[in-house]
Amino acid sequence: MRYNERELLSLARQPAEKAAEILMRVPKKGSVLKKRLVKLVVNFLFYFRTDEAEPIGALLLEHCRITKEEENVFSISFIEEPERKYCFECDSEQQCQEWIEALKRASYEFMRRSLIFYRNEIQKMTGKDPLEQYGISEEARFQLGTHKQ
Amino acid sequence: MKLNERSVAHYATCDSPADHAGFLRKRVERHHHHAHHHHATSYQRRWFVLKGNLLFYFEERESREPMGLVVLEGCTVELCEATEEFAFAIRFDDAGARAYVLVADGQAAMEAWVKALSRASFDYMRLVVRELEKQLEEACKSLAACRKSPRRSSSSGRKRHLSNPALLPLPEKPAILENGYSTWGSGGGVPGRAACPDRDGGHAKPPPLPPRRRSAAASATGSPVPGLSLAMLESPVSPEMACFSKLHSWYGQEIAALRREWQERQKRGHP
Repeated sequence: MRYNERELLSLARQPAEKAAEILMRVPKKGSVLKKRLVKLVVNFLFYFRTDEAEPIGALLLEHCRITKEEENVFSISFIEEPERKYCFECDSEQQCQEWIEALKRASYEFMRRSLIFYRNEIQKMTGKDPLEQYGISEEARFQLGTHKQ
Repeated sequence: MKLNERSVAHYATCDSPADHAGFLRKRVERHHHHAHHHHATSYQRRWFVLKGNLLFYFEERESREPMGLVVLEGCTVELCEATEEFAFAIRFDDAGARAYVLVADGQAAMEAWVKALSRASFDYMRLVVRELEKQLEEACKSLAACRKSPRRSSSSGRKRHLSNPALLPLPEKPAILENGYSTWGSGGGVPGRAACPDRDGGHAKPPPLPPRRRSAAASATGSPVPGLSLAMLESPVSPEMACFSKLHSWYGQEIAALRREWQERQKRGHP
């Protein structure tokens, strides 16, 4: 699959929501924990060798599951392959929890659900659609329930 | 750079709703091996699917895997002067990056795509979410503030109502809350009448339902179950939203306060 790698690399250089040096293990046979600079930017998690400017890789955080594993450890896996886990070992339980919370909220789909929820609540409380003033009420991305293409 | 391509492809093809989809002709970008040769620009028709901040394109509509992906961050979408009609371009802030030139089938299709793509960025979505979050907080606060006023004005309001219905005073509430208030009180509430519980004849009633609940339910059951459970059923939201629990406890406190007020009024005995 082709993608605009250059733009993705540019994105990796943007200010991060969250960044830290964390031990990481990829779901490949025989792989071990390695220290990586892990950086959350929009709905992508980039990971770098600690002394390099360009990331080794990126994970799109849509339809993923963030799981607390053992102490200080959490994992990221994807819906269609739940057994393939990217594991992260943090310095502390607190850091681990912070990353879990941040990653759970990092997807575009999560934001969309939040928006729909708020829109619905505001509408029920005030009788007005809060998106009307922005002229975006009809946008497919903001609709309740599933929307057709 | 590696990317979790299998998962990305799965996201592209799974049945989560797309924000926009359709055929577009994509300009073919050639490597400039023969820089001085004059190549005619050519376009290839592809099936495009927009999900969130990701624009996928497929060789054919039925293709099971995307051919390519354009990450829509740090870009602008603009109409462009190509020899083609209904052409627009996705350009990136990164000056050296190539632009994607796309051609729609007609004016309406082009406008729809340009609109959808220019609102596709993560940052835009985040902006709108934060704005609504703020608005919801303000709506909750206003509702709480207004609940206090009916009790103070109730006695004078009632007297006037009984002596001269024509002088029915309307409580001073911001217009936006009328919808919430009109569902309070008796079952036969006149739509649009901003009623306060005290006005309803004074005989003992079940506690007034929170405005949210009444608008969704057909009849007053008097049950203290907050409207939140209905909200959960109606909204396609998972319970693990961090702010949801904040709202939940806020609503819970509001319900408890309403019940206390009602109970106090009952004790004092409505005239």
